[in-house]
Amino acid sequence: MTSPAREYTSVVRVSGPLMVVSGVGDAAYGEVVEVRLPDGEKRLGQVLESRTDIAVIQVFGGTQDLDTDITSVRFTGEPLRMVVSPEILGRIFDGSAAPADGGGAVIPGKIVDISGSPINPTARAFPEDCIETGISAIDGMNTLVRGQKLPIFSGAGLPHSRLAAQIARQARVLRDQEEFAIVFGAMGITNEEARFFLNEFEETGALEHAVVFINRADDPAIERIITPRLALTAAEYLAFDLGMHVLVILQDITAYCEALREVSAARDEVPARRGYPGYMYTDLASVFERAGRIHGRKGSITQLPIISMPDDDITHPVPDLTGYITEGQIVLSRDLHRKGVYPPIDVLPSLSRLMSGGIGEGKTREDHGGVSDQLYAAYAKGRRLESLVTVIGEEGLSEADRRTLAFTARFEKEFIGQGVGGGRTVDETLDAAWDLLRLFPGEELNRISPALIEKYLRREAP
Amino acid sequence: MTGRIIRITGPVVEADGMRGALMYELVHAGTDALIGEIIGLAEDVATIQVYEDTTGIAPGEPVERTGAPLSVELGPGLLGMVYDGIQRPLEVIRNEMGDFIIRGATLPALDRRRTYAFTPVAEAGGKAVPGTVIGTVAEGRFVHRILVPHGTEGVFASVAGAGEYTVMDQIAAVLSAGGSEVPVTMLRRWPVRVGRPFAEKLRPKDPLITGQRIIDSFFPIVKGGTAAVPGPFGAGKTVVQHQLAKWSDADIIVYVGCGERGNELADVLRQFPALSDPRSGTPLMDRTVLIGNTSNMPVAAREASVYTGITIAEYYRDMGYDVALMADSTSRWAEAMREISGRLEEMPGEHGYPAYLASRLAGFYERAGKVRVLGPSGSEGSVSVIGAVSPPGGDFSEPVTQNTLRVVRVFWALDADLAHARHFPSINWLTSYSLYPDDVQGWWNAHGGEEWSAMRGAMMAILQKEGELEEIVHLVGPDVLPEDDKLALHVAGIIRESFLIQSAFDPVDTFCPPEKQYHMMRLITDYARYGKEAVEGGRSVAEIASLPVAARLARLGSMENEAFTEYFEETEREMAAAFGKGAGGRT
Ligand SMILES: Nc1ncnc2c1ncn2[C@@H]1O[C@H](COP(=O)(O)OP(=O)(O)OP(=O)(O)O)[C@@H](O)[C@H]1O
Ligand SMILES: [Mg+2]
Repeated sequence: MTSPAREYTSVVRVSGPLMVVSGVGDAAYGEVVEVRLPDGEKRLGQVLESRTDIAVIQVFGGTQDLDTDITSVRFTGEPLRMVVSPEILGRIFDGSAAPADGGGAVIPGKIVDISGSPINPTARAFPEDCIETGISAIDGMNTLVRGQKLPIFSGAGLPHSRLAAQIARQARVLRDQEEFAIVFGAMGITNEEARFFLNEFEETGALEHAVVFINRADDPAIERIITPRLALTAAEYLAFDLGMHVLVILQDITAYCEALREVSAARDEVPARRGYPGYMYTDLASVFERAGRIHGRKGSITQLPIISMPDDDITHPVPDLTGYITEGQIVLSRDLHRKGVYPPIDVLPSLSRLMSGGIGEGKTREDHGGVSDQLYAAYAKGRRLESLVTVIGEEGLSEADRRTLAFTARFEKEFIGQGVGGGRTVDETLDAAWDLLRLFPGEELNRISPALIEKYLRREAP
Repeated sequence: MTGRIIRITGPVVEADGMRGALMYELVHAGTDALIGEIIGLAEDVATIQVYEDTTGIAPGEPVERTGAPLSVELGPGLLGMVYDGIQRPLEVIRNEMGDFIIRGATLPALDRRRTYAFTPVAEAGGKAVPGTVIGTVAEGRFVHRILVPHGTEGVFASVAGAGEYTVMDQIAAVLSAGGSEVPVTMLRRWPVRVGRPFAEKLRPKDPLITGQRIIDSFFPIVKGGTAAVPGPFGAGKTVVQHQLAKWSDADIIVYVGCGERGNELADVLRQFPALSDPRSGTPLMDRTVLIGNTSNMPVAAREASVYTGITIAEYYRDMGYDVALMADSTSRWAEAMREISGRLEEMPGEHGYPAYLASRLAGFYERAGKVRVLGPSGSEGSVSVIGAVSPPGGDFSEPVTQNTLRVVRVFWALDADLAHARHFPSINWLTSYSLYPDDVQGWWNAHGGEEWSAMRGAMMAILQKEGELEEIVHLVGPDVLPEDDKLALHVAGIIRESFLIQSAFDPVDTFCPPEKQYHMMRLITDYARYGKEAVEGGRSVAEIASLPVAARLARLGSMENEAFTEYFEETEREMAAAFGKGAGGRT
């Protein structure tokens, strides 16, 4: 994209988040435009479709107050880019990367295209360093590893922000002291949530090594399409240029997807499910696949996107397509939340696909895989029994079934519901698991090898 | 042969001045000469899907025609390679352009400089028809047969002597009936959207042994067969595909990562060179071709990737090999079609998919099969196709799942509840099916024993019974059931826990040889029969379930594959004794 800047006042149509300019002829696909409103205000836009006679443009700042008379459009001849330098650490920006902390503009270091380029799959190093989050439901049963993308599926009113902040605060990699950073990209979050994160970052001193991009609920919706790309561009710079281990929190992906839907609807595109565009999988992948590690480079990008499930419905297109792209998911449960369990993680639908490579002898502990499988088997059975008991009562149950029920109750209360206080080490998590597995006779623990049962089951709790 | 771009919308570009262009012709679009394919023609306007990111392209830029359709390069050197959806070599691209994919790469799929030791088979003066073996080269442990290409016929004017040749060197010349002499190299090109010809389709009868018990013993697939693996996210589709790529007894594996995760390809690249094929002892990577067009790579190239893969599979089939192709996920391919179709503003069908979805899916699976290849050798080869399907919301009633089910013969339905309880592989035994058991029975009779079919039936009947009883249990509790029903529940539990559950991550159980599967089935069916007799003789199920032998059965899978016979015989003896069956069990 090298054509020089050109300016037009031939806006012929404005509709929804889109604007059509006629007579352009050579607008490049993806080219950035600067829209100047009648009152002199400037907004950013991007070419979505270009023809010999017209260009269709999405306006990130929204189209209110645009007109078809005075409004002018400058085609910059450039793709969407941002400035990165080591100075972005500790800074807070708005959803379009303008400083929002009273500080000045970032002194140019490097100017990069925010859409990024796909990592060549052969360049990827497989993620296998366990991150200890201090949370048993995660560390014990859905282990997070460096370079993974692991979303939190949540619902309105559930404590996902608190959980994400807690992970950001506690996360550490076993046997490692390398430089790390946090990138927070917020799309459509409330002022209260924004304040919560900023306070949290300030109080814990995390802000110094954080970069924050905030698009609030009352900021322009279409801007949300670029916010995660800004956050990930910053993260890529920190990880792959500066060699840092970066944790990226993106909240809320659902608001991002709604912005995509708005643009798609304005273009009269044939929707896939519930009005969301057919290319949403591809679009989300272009965000989520910007996580990982690269052979021969020091840093890594770990993503923790937050998805609020409308109606707590995990089959809604946003969590559904997300789950098809990410490497697992942590699912929060309204039931557990009501029971007062924190963190209210429902481990059954939760999953970390990269767990098996990050645990075991030499990484965490030899019994980790077996213990996790056994907890899953027992808890799944317990939950089935619970629903049975509501119909037929406990009388008809065998001794073994009663044991499983007792386990299930204690598992939720003690193992999952560890409370808001500090975290547990992986060892403590596994020991807590054995405390519960002692409820069963050794022969019933068929997911753990006899040698490990011998070694850990009989061992007294420390 | 030059047109001019008049419209760009995402991966779709329109150009005028294209009169005379052919449907599916390859073009170079824009000043950066991005690779694209013509997918629509109207008067002098061509619609082009572009295989690379179109950002920065503007109206007025040129489009160059190439006169040829999108094709792949075929020849020695494919095995062990990693390609993108249009067969660009990803490792070479990385070496030349760095860790991130930058557009505009035009690197040949096959190394032009590498030489191969060629051994002639044909002789000058001999007859040459498509499929005649000209000579062979060693590609790792495989004999790579160089065949007379399609469309070439006559007598050999010359055949090169034994020696080292590149894929560009002439290794033969064929004198056609018309008197012209056609030079032949080891490099072939084939348009990906056209199936390679063969002499005849044969009825497959050999199972593709995968080492996965629920597949081989319950829902088998044959060499040359088709299977679909649908399931919601996280249910285990990719693990099933990886397990098949690792352990199935095909000669050659073509693995197509179609619009899925980069880390999953990294996982294959990390494991396959290090793992050895249980049959040949050589690294798995040496028999594998990887096509990786991940979700964040251009969507049009994703659409092409499955065709690139199956054309390579057919090429090795034509040498007489059994090839298995995995496509993960065909839903992403279908979505790529939908996305392109949407940009073309075509009339959408169900869920926005184009009306030709069903015929494209059928056309793809139709390229699987066991065949007698062209030419005088009369060899047989096969392509088996296993496609993952990713239904939105896990709902199998959607168009991609339904249209796939109409054409495939095996259905491994993955189940979210099983996956949540970490019952893997989460193939649901009540809803899955295979149409091949009768075809493979002969193989099992010869390689396992005569009882395969009966045992399979007995085990599936017990599971079926469990399914029916579950509803009753949910209403009245397990307590009131008669003893024989309780026994069915108990045995079903053992079948699930010790036979159906098979962890891909267990160093031993990841691959279960067919003989071991057969013996496990025998132990379990014997246990069921002894149990039934005992119950009829008045023993309670609670008593039977507490026998130590029940716990012993639970660990059959993880018994070393070399030593299992001994453990199994011991278990059989112990079981016979526990049920008062005298010594020795069975032969
Ligand atoms: N046979 C198996 N043994 C052990 N674990 C398994 C097995 N199959 C699946 N799993 C577990 O389930 C996880 C998810 O499996 P997988 O990645 O294959 O799901 P998927 O169906 O391909 O999901 P998606 O559609 O999102 O790609 C794996 O990471 C692994 O932890
Ligand atoms: Mg998968």
